[in-house]
Amino acid sequence: MSEYVLEMTGVCKSFPGVKALDHAQLKLRPGKVHALMGENGAGKSTLMKCMFGIYKMDEGQIKIDGEPVVIQDPMDALHKGIAMVHQELQPIPARTVGENIFLGRYPLKKLFGFIPFIDHKKMYADTAELLKKVRMNFDPKQKVGELSVSQMQSVEIAKAVSANCRVLILDEPTSSLTSNEVEALFRIIEDLKAENVAIVYISHKMDEILRIGDDVTIMRDGKYIGTWEAKDLTVDKIITQMVGRELTNLYPPRENVPGEVVFEVKDFTSINPRSFRDINFQLRKGEILGVGGLVGAQRTELMEGIFGIRSHSKGQIFYKGKEMKIARPKDAIDQGIALLTEDRRGSGIMGVLSVADNISISSLNNYLDAGFLINSKKVENLVQENVKKMNIKTPSSKTQIKSLSGGNQQKVLIGRWLANAPDVLILDEPTRGIDVGAKYEIYCIIAELAKAGKSIIMISSEMSELIGMSDRIMVMCDGRLTGFVDGKEATQENIMAYATQFE
Amino acid sequence: MEVKKENFAQKFVKLVTRNPIVFLLLIAAVVVGCIKDNFFSWANLSNLISNTAVRFLIALGVSGCLITKGTDLSAGRQVGFAAVIAGILCQRGDYTGRLWKTVPEMNIFLVLLICIVIGFIWGAVNGVIITKLHVPPFIATLGTQTIIYGISLVISDAQPIGGFQKIYTQLINGRIGSPRSFHLPYLLFVALVFGIIFWVIYNKTRFGKYMYAIGGNEVAAEVSGVNTTRTLMRIYITAGIMYAIAGYLLAAKSGGASASLGQGYELEAIAGCTIGGVSTTGGIGTVPGILIGVLVFELLKIITQFLGINPYYNYVVQGLVIVLAVALDIRKYIAKK
Repeated sequence: MSEYVLEMTGVCKSFPGVKALDHAQLKLRPGKVHALMGENGAGKSTLMKCMFGIYKMDEGQIKIDGEPVVIQDPMDALHKGIAMVHQELQPIPARTVGENIFLGRYPLKKLFGFIPFIDHKKMYADTAELLKKVRMNFDPKQKVGELSVSQMQSVEIAKAVSANCRVLILDEPTSSLTSNEVEALFRIIEDLKAENVAIVYISHKMDEILRIGDDVTIMRDGKYIGTWEAKDLTVDKIITQMVGRELTNLYPPRENVPGEVVFEVKDFTSINPRSFRDINFQLRKGEILGVGGLVGAQRTELMEGIFGIRSHSKGQIFYKGKEMKIARPKDAIDQGIALLTEDRRGSGIMGVLSVADNISISSLNNYLDAGFLINSKKVENLVQENVKKMNIKTPSSKTQIKSLSGGNQQKVLIGRWLANAPDVLILDEPTRGIDVGAKYEIYCIIAELAKAGKSIIMISSEMSELIGMSDRIMVMCDGRLTGFVDGKEATQENIMAYATQFE
Repeated sequence: MEVKKENFAQKFVKLVTRNPIVFLLLIAAVVVGCIKDNFFSWANLSNLISNTAVRFLIALGVSGCLITKGTDLSAGRQVGFAAVIAGILCQRGDYTGRLWKTVPEMNIFLVLLICIVIGFIWGAVNGVIITKLHVPPFIATLGTQTIIYGISLVISDAQPIGGFQKIYTQLINGRIGSPRSFHLPYLLFVALVFGIIFWVIYNKTRFGKYMYAIGGNEVAAEVSGVNTTRTLMRIYITAGIMYAIAGYLLAAKSGGASASLGQGYELEAIAGCTIGGVSTTGGIGTVPGILIGVLVFELLKIITQFLGINPYYNYVVQGLVIVLAVALDIRKYIAKK
């Protein structure tokens, strides 16, 4: 009997032009949480997709309980006891919890002994049972679309558990959870460990890894770097292995000096009574104002409200003492505000369009000849300028933006906003889903902008990023502004205290 | 990054494998030309050109809707409506079957202007339904399609309209050169002018860039400061104007108009755009591509006609080509994953 429940060795996988996996390996012990780490593009997801039968490996071997196996497709993987909870959940919102869990394998009963019918009674009874197992108690007949993200995730986990899996892959499970929800997830993981399930845990969050991980495998550029026991590792050590170089500083030194108040928001209240209300804050020239809070604190909604994407029922916005009227994003842009949205794919990039089109779209007025013809040379200059300034890696300005990595897409979007020379730059989770190296570059850009006198508002759910980058931190809870913390005095604790100040 | 130099043969192979339908049809045309006498004739060429020209204008109109992930099913009926109005207003003053006897004989350019205004109005109606009432374009234009047809029937009393002023039919069916030898129909130049105008709009103006941006990601476009409502309004209005011009030309080209003129043209235009590489998932499409798509479709019609295939089979062949063209086109993207 093997020590490992599942072993992958010598896994290679190439896509046209890229070697995504180069002799990668992973060995999972039963009842242990195995953290899989690496920068974006290191091959973690590709390796998992090979394990789950979504991709076919070019080379390599998978053994289950020491026996070599071939995994044909996801269905086959499920039969062999491997289940996966994807990073981006793909539930069917209009169907019930039970239907989502048993999709594709509905329990059947025979009508008149031969006509197969779905046994709804059994399905919902089983669902209730499963939900109990993942410590959730909502109605199995509830529509999935009415659940919160964390509840949907629990449904996905319940689905995995229902397949009696022995290996469970969790891909970035906490990226959109609040800390309470993370605790709940960790309890479920503990339960599963007790049942001897091996868990593959993919995450960028070091503190989580060090807390719940038993083993840690690190990958870089599709290669296997090594496996360590989590208790022997530190954050620095992990990062060094991940990026293959010493990162002495996570955050660049900042030389910006906050000046006079330039931007002010007064009594800002959403038309939705459950969203932001009575928000008052000021922003100084050259200041980086961090915005902290739990998921659901309505930070994004507030910023989108200021920017004219969402409506407000009352409140005023002032720039240098003058009131701004903002009905739609164009009004905000014309008055010198920029908003880098949180959802890069949903509201940031225009995937099929070129880097040049993406970077120039909100500043086209600057490149006109004769008042209406776009001068493509001027646009090209803009692209080249940004490529040089921000070290954007793109084959050409005509490349479709969707083929760039997340970090480079984000830089293009930052370039889009800077092209308008805004005075107030709102960045909503500017480093979400971006690998460590590119993150540092984006921090440098932010620090540089503040130094140049831009006023920056930065929403972040990463505590260390907030503390490391902000001059001042504004904390929200449940739609209300609950307090300010000075950047120098900020700690996880004092931010958390404001962030959990529920009424 | 190193750029590989390709020789002519490699470039040619690439061109063929990327546009298989176009080359298949060209080969078919050559074959048919060799076995059928009149295929390679000036008359046939001119026929192909003028047919393509009118369809191209309609396809240009609908392309903006397609690029922004919408569609316009009312295109054909708008063409018919404009044809009916143009036909009625261009009737000779002394023609006994005049429909609107109280209206004096009109200048044909004034009629064109009236048609354009009508196209503007129908486009604006579509635009308002789509952007203000938030009805999906497919449904919105399905509704207006029927409405417009109904009004056309009422206005024309479901009768064919004839007795046009001579200058109207002669000018639009006019040509440079002698009809017995080399000649080019005026419609070719109309199509070329609009092709160039649209190329400039699509590639060199803010409106064009905004259109592609909406097709690429409407939410992102709005966040980036694109007034999506205004841009979409303009797209549907531009489309309406193009259909109206096409209808005005078509009435003269056919020498008569009726409410049913232009029936199904929206589908031909959409098919032409799609064959020409306009992506139904939005954000992609070029003016030269649209021209090739429409041309290929018209060429296909002429080939089947010359081969003496039962005309009812034409529909079968055309349908097959649409499906095949898009299936092959999509393969390019699937292979890249």
